[in-house]
Amino acid sequence: MLRILRKTVLAMALAIGIGGLAVTAQAKTELTMYYPVAVGGPLTAIVDGLVANFMKQNPDIQVNAIYAGNYNDARIKALAALKSGQPAQLSVMFSIDIYELIEQGAIVAFDDIVETADDKAWLNSFFPALMENGRTQGKTWGIPFQRSTIVMYYNKDAFREAGLDPEMPPATWDELVEMGKKLTKAGGERWGVMIPSTGYPYWMFGALAMQNGEVLMNGDGNQTYFAKPAVVEALQFWRDLGAKYGVMPEGTIEWGTLRQNFLEGKTAIMWHSTGNLTAVKSNAKFDFGVAMLPANVRRGTPTGGGNFYIFKQTTPEERKAAMKLIKFMTSPESSAEWSIKTGYIGISPAAYETPALKAYVAEFPPAAVARDQLEFATAELSTYQTGRVRKLLDDAIQAALTGAKTPEAALTEAQSQSDRLLAGYR
Amino acid sequence: MNGRGFTWWLETVAAWVLAVLWLSPLLYAFWAAFHPPEFAIRFVPTAPLSLANFAAAWEQAPFARYYLNTFILVTMLLAAQFVLCTLAAYAFARFDFWGREVAFALVLVQLMVTPEILIVENYTTMSRLGLVDTITGIALPYMASAFGIFLLRQAFKSTPKELEEAARVEGCGLIGVLLRVYVPLAKPTYLAYGLVSVSHHWNNFLWPLVITNSVTTRPLTVGLAIFGAPESGVDWSIISAATLMAVAPLLLAFLLFQRQFVQSFMHAGIK
Amino acid sequence: MTNSRMRHVYGWLLLTPAAILLIGFTHYPTVATLIDSFFSTGTAIRPSRFVGLDNYQLMVDDPIFWKVLGNNLWFALGTIPTSIALAIVMALWVNRRLPGRALVRMAYFTPTVLPMIAVANIWLFFYTPDIGLIDQIAALFGLPGHNWLGDPNTVLGAIIVMTIWKEAGFFMIFYLAALQNLPPELEEAAKLEGAGRWTYFRRVTFPLLMPITLFVLINAVLNSFKLVDHLFILTKGGPDNASNLLLYYIYISAFSFFDSAYAATLTMVLLVLLAVLAIAQFVILDKRIHYR
Repeated sequence: MLRILRKTVLAMALAIGIGGLAVTAQAKTELTMYYPVAVGGPLTAIVDGLVANFMKQNPDIQVNAIYAGNYNDARIKALAALKSGQPAQLSVMFSIDIYELIEQGAIVAFDDIVETADDKAWLNSFFPALMENGRTQGKTWGIPFQRSTIVMYYNKDAFREAGLDPEMPPATWDELVEMGKKLTKAGGERWGVMIPSTGYPYWMFGALAMQNGEVLMNGDGNQTYFAKPAVVEALQFWRDLGAKYGVMPEGTIEWGTLRQNFLEGKTAIMWHSTGNLTAVKSNAKFDFGVAMLPANVRRGTPTGGGNFYIFKQTTPEERKAAMKLIKFMTSPESSAEWSIKTGYIGISPAAYETPALKAYVAEFPPAAVARDQLEFATAELSTYQTGRVRKLLDDAIQAALTGAKTPEAALTEAQSQSDRLLAGYR
Repeated sequence: MNGRGFTWWLETVAAWVLAVLWLSPLLYAFWAAFHPPEFAIRFVPTAPLSLANFAAAWEQAPFARYYLNTFILVTMLLAAQFVLCTLAAYAFARFDFWGREVAFALVLVQLMVTPEILIVENYTTMSRLGLVDTITGIALPYMASAFGIFLLRQAFKSTPKELEEAARVEGCGLIGVLLRVYVPLAKPTYLAYGLVSVSHHWNNFLWPLVITNSVTTRPLTVGLAIFGAPESGVDWSIISAATLMAVAPLLLAFLLFQRQFVQSFMHAGIK
Repeated sequence: MTNSRMRHVYGWLLLTPAAILLIGFTHYPTVATLIDSFFSTGTAIRPSRFVGLDNYQLMVDDPIFWKVLGNNLWFALGTIPTSIALAIVMALWVNRRLPGRALVRMAYFTPTVLPMIAVANIWLFFYTPDIGLIDQIAALFGLPGHNWLGDPNTVLGAIIVMTIWKEAGFFMIFYLAALQNLPPELEEAAKLEGAGRWTYFRRVTFPLLMPITLFVLINAVLNSFKLVDHLFILTKGGPDNASNLLLYYIYISAFSFFDSAYAATLTMVLLVLLAVLAIAQFVILDKRIHYR
């Protein structure tokens, strides 16, 4: 008995010793990265898979990918980690956090890290619309990773039932109202369209504003345009969908339950993130289609989602390793895999040229809608004091939709408060 | 007054209706969790049962780790509370030291001003101590519990002095008296306090949310809250399954030890 | 025998470990919060500086602050009296020999052992318009559905109902304990004198429950400020701050806007409110308590 015990102990000691030797023999660069998950599905498993592949190909880099919750959580966690002395080296965070991160002195521009001509070319290899949120002061601070746009999902069976052509979804605001009226059934049994106004109302509003010809802010992060006449009109239209035309419920529409409402047939059309695509595809019991958002003056949608950022508190080796990781995660092959499994957009034209994504798009055309819409896409609302400014707009939108204030009054007030906040940055 | 008249039956029915009403949210969670997603909002009695939601929820978030974290948290916290509060209560109950009344009043402040109220400042303190994103960090502000000190002080005060004297005669020092006389006699109080503390901290949310960043420290409540994916919205069935998994241990313990739970809370309140 | 000097020393020694933690996480942060509220928030490009009462001025000018205070007041008024009254009724019922009373007691107490986050998840479904449970039941009776959480007029009410559901059972337990401690002779005497149940309750039971009511009231007031977990799941304070509460506003000021100075200012208001309410309760109710 004792002999067996001694043998086991010896064997364990040997194993630990060899293991320890192995670990110390390779001086690994360790990277910690936070990432958010913003769409449903086993995304953490997918990220872990990608990261594991990277580590196989790069045995000298150890990556610790930590799921941090939603975009807000990820930013809070990453910044908190920086302050607490256990920093992460890179993270995926909201594309619109850029000004906050710069103000906190947290991130370093990619232009300051890339050295070779290849790398510089790499910075330009992504879809331009996706780079808008990541660029300011003439430099690139964020590289796209999990990006999306808003798309219009519609219930083809409902269209047929209402006598509409299921291959011709509304392409203009007027058509949206007309078709919406035909699709709406009395008594709230089915609505024509639902545009969510909790969660990220400013994001949805960015689409409406652009469709009416305006953007919500400038490229320097210090000026918003909430009270421009065309912007007020856009909010009025949003309100009218419910209050005047009766094709949408009045009041606020809950973001979290919207997909369920669509799948239950409570609404024939929904505006939602392309990140829902895979979930809708697996759960829809009806024939559905995906289309670009309708135009008024022009088509428009904001981009959304998260970018890769590298933190300032990093050593040169860590930065090199982080660059390798980012290049891997945003490579055409990785992007294709990510897009197929989640519904996020492939982030570069090259991604759509990979065999995997080509085949997927050919077999499932809705997957290309978001990509095609990039031509009409603009940056998501992002400024200094971004949390406060977003909340001002969110509150104004909700006040207008619930009838508490007129769109003009709500937006004028939001604009004046925003001016107060941003004056110091001009 | 105790006749089984009409009013008595009316009250019984009312009490039962209220009870059913009170249970309905939990019953709904069970319904949604054990049936496939199509039946999440349809209450068809012949709907098939399924464990797929639990499997999906288990796969989508590391619940095993969350269980472990929560278990470590409440155990560590309870142990620390027992030690610290016993010592402090002993001091307040049996020692007449300078400034005692003032000190006790200051202790009672914590009954109202709990660590969550001072969340910003406490976060900064933790970050200076390097305890952000550790389970110790979650537990530390709660280890000296005014409620615990209060309860134990009551219990110690009501222990007859003769017992202490008897122990002294046998040669026990101050700590000996504490361990031989006061602690054993206050067992009901320890049990009551233990149950209250465990259930309170198992369910605590705001402070753990702020302090934890990663899976290795996150307790169940925080894991459940960040479980719902924001950009695409909720999936009722899976969220119900996740919710049930999060509340199961405490709920099970409650159902099995109902009497003790109720007695504990009652005991704690009376004091 | 230990002399009294040593007892002073021992007393403080025994107290020290707990004292360190209490001072560290209760008393020190209170003072630190006060000091912080007089400075501006520091960032990498603009360090913190003394600003006197500027933060308080900003707060007074902030419409969201007043909305949040108002909400807290309504929330307290809505939840506290109702949940206490309900708790008393529940305790009275459970105390009588009703059939199945153990099950009934369990049903009332169950919400207490659930975390608020779980409760919010479940009630989010209840309140979902059209497909949610409440609207489905309303449909059975031919009543129209409603956007409970999306209508600024109903959102606070909806949250109050959910909170009462969670809290009443918790308070019931304390009342049950108090009721069981009442001497049965009182009831006998009242029966002999021919007093009705309601009179008995009003003149005898309720006044004797005053001490426990004080305890429950303090708990209830504290909870009405502390309990913001559900906002993370249900409304995030919306629509347009209709359901925003002070502690939640403090959280987003500190962790979403990164404005720690403003958060400190708001926290001072919260502390003062708690202090005032605690003192008021002790003073007012102390007069009305019949101690036995």
